[in-house]
Amino acid sequence: MRWLPLAPATLLLLLFLAGPIGYCVWIAFTNTQLTGSSTSDFVGLANFRRAFADDNFRNAVWLTLVFTFVSSIVGQNTIGLALAGLMRAASRPVRTATGAVVIAAWVLPEIVAAFLLYAFFRREGTLNAILDWLHLPSQNWLFTLPILAVSFANVWRGTAFSMLIYSAALSEIPKDITEAAEVDGANGVRRLWHITLPMIRRSIGTNLMLNTLSTLSVFGLIWAMTRGGPGNRSQTLPVFMYDQAFLKSLIGYGTAVALLLLLVGALFSIVYIRLLKVEV
Amino acid sequence: MKRATRVRLASDAALVVVAVAFLLPLLWLVLSSLDAGADLRVRLPSSPTTENFSAVLTDEITFTPMLNSLLLCGSATLLTVACAALAAYPLSRYRSRFSRPYLLTILFTTCLPITAIMVPVYGLFVQVNLVDTMYGTSLFLATSQLPFSIWLMKNFMDGVPTVLEEAAWTDGASMLQTLTRIVLPLMGPGMTVVMIYTFIQLWGNFFVPFMLLLSPDQLPASVSIFTFFGNYGSVIYGQLAAFSILYSTPVLLLYILISRRLGGGFALGGAVKG
Repeated sequence: MRWLPLAPATLLLLLFLAGPIGYCVWIAFTNTQLTGSSTSDFVGLANFRRAFADDNFRNAVWLTLVFTFVSSIVGQNTIGLALAGLMRAASRPVRTATGAVVIAAWVLPEIVAAFLLYAFFRREGTLNAILDWLHLPSQNWLFTLPILAVSFANVWRGTAFSMLIYSAALSEIPKDITEAAEVDGANGVRRLWHITLPMIRRSIGTNLMLNTLSTLSVFGLIWAMTRGGPGNRSQTLPVFMYDQAFLKSLIGYGTAVALLLLLVGALFSIVYIRLLKVEV
Repeated sequence: MKRATRVRLASDAALVVVAVAFLLPLLWLVLSSLDAGADLRVRLPSSPTTENFSAVLTDEITFTPMLNSLLLCGSATLLTVACAALAAYPLSRYRSRFSRPYLLTILFTTCLPITAIMVPVYGLFVQVNLVDTMYGTSLFLATSQLPFSIWLMKNFMDGVPTVLEEAAWTDGASMLQTLTRIVLPLMGPGMTVVMIYTFIQLWGNFFVPFMLLLSPDQLPASVSIFTFFGNYGSVIYGQLAAFSILYSTPVLLLYILISRRLGGGFALGGAVKG
């Protein structure tokens, strides 16, 4: 009786989350197609073998790595930390204004963000206008460097989260420790390397983990900006999955890709929970 | 000049540079929405006008999709918050061998990439005839936010002292009565945060309704805006910008409402997906 209130939530989670994940495991081992109705046979590991032999799949894995590395690990994480650090030293109006702009970019719906950065990176968009004005060569970014364009879009959209996490972490460092180091003559770089970073290492770990997980599942941003193109040059795993399962009607194959994505996510989740050492 | 002043000025300068870089796309949105001849560049409108706004304020472009969004996200939010509040109560109040694994599973689930399961979800929805139904989509949306809502709700509930509850227990109140009359009113601000946060996440969700809804008259704003600018070439950028502003305003306002409580440490309680 006491545990009865858990029932509605558990039921929903089983039906719409555990169910699809289980179904995902099953479908990934079949040759289910969207068209041609009832042909669904067990094919064992064929979908996975096919994936690892498929140049387009390997391309998607590589682009996912680039996208995650550039936008989450380097971009969101480092810029977020830098912003949080600078804000502690900056004057109040500048701090407030910067915070508001960065957070607004985060709160905006995904598709609006995609649309804004599409406009920013287009040949006739703002970035090229600025480059022209500086007499630097302009180019069609969405065509020449599509994966970098979508990575920057993800940085624009996701940095606020890191900034908030690091602001909280930095404000918990006791002032006397940094002051003592300053008196001892440690310069800024050494203080950062030997005091600040070690003291916030848990926040760095959780932040990297959460950034990476949310970046792994980005679909709308990329789909709206480039649709994975031109060709497949910005086709990360979620876009590849969608393309195979729905546009090419290979549900079995697309699901196998989804399952791999889910496994990577699960792995990260476990590391994350370990890292948090949650007490519940 | 004193050293502290130099550091402050340098920090200010660096922040201003970053802020301007982040601001440019936003500036384009605002300026273009007021410019009848807007293109893809940031520039001041020669004669500011509200023409774009009046052009998109029609049933077909704005009101129907926004109403769909509201129905879809509103019902999903209510369902999530109700289920999360119920679930959080025993998890917060009773100790058993079972609650720790349950909570760890919940935390684990908050981190899973929901994008990955959309293909099987679509397959499942086809089989049980839930595809292209608002209630089906809203059930899935509710479930997708449920793990994080339970986690958040449980943490807020842990902060409510149990003294008053114990008094109610001795007076013979049932568990549901204690929860709704005593615990939930005491954690009002926490409940509001969970509710608004869930709503913001759902309002911006694109992939779920994009996959599960097909009829144009059922599409929420997150998907209708995409069909709007999906047909490149014939886009009237000023109108698209105006619609984007209308679509984004509710979440920006709601975020301001809860921002103080959302700051920093909150986020560490579990995954926050963008």
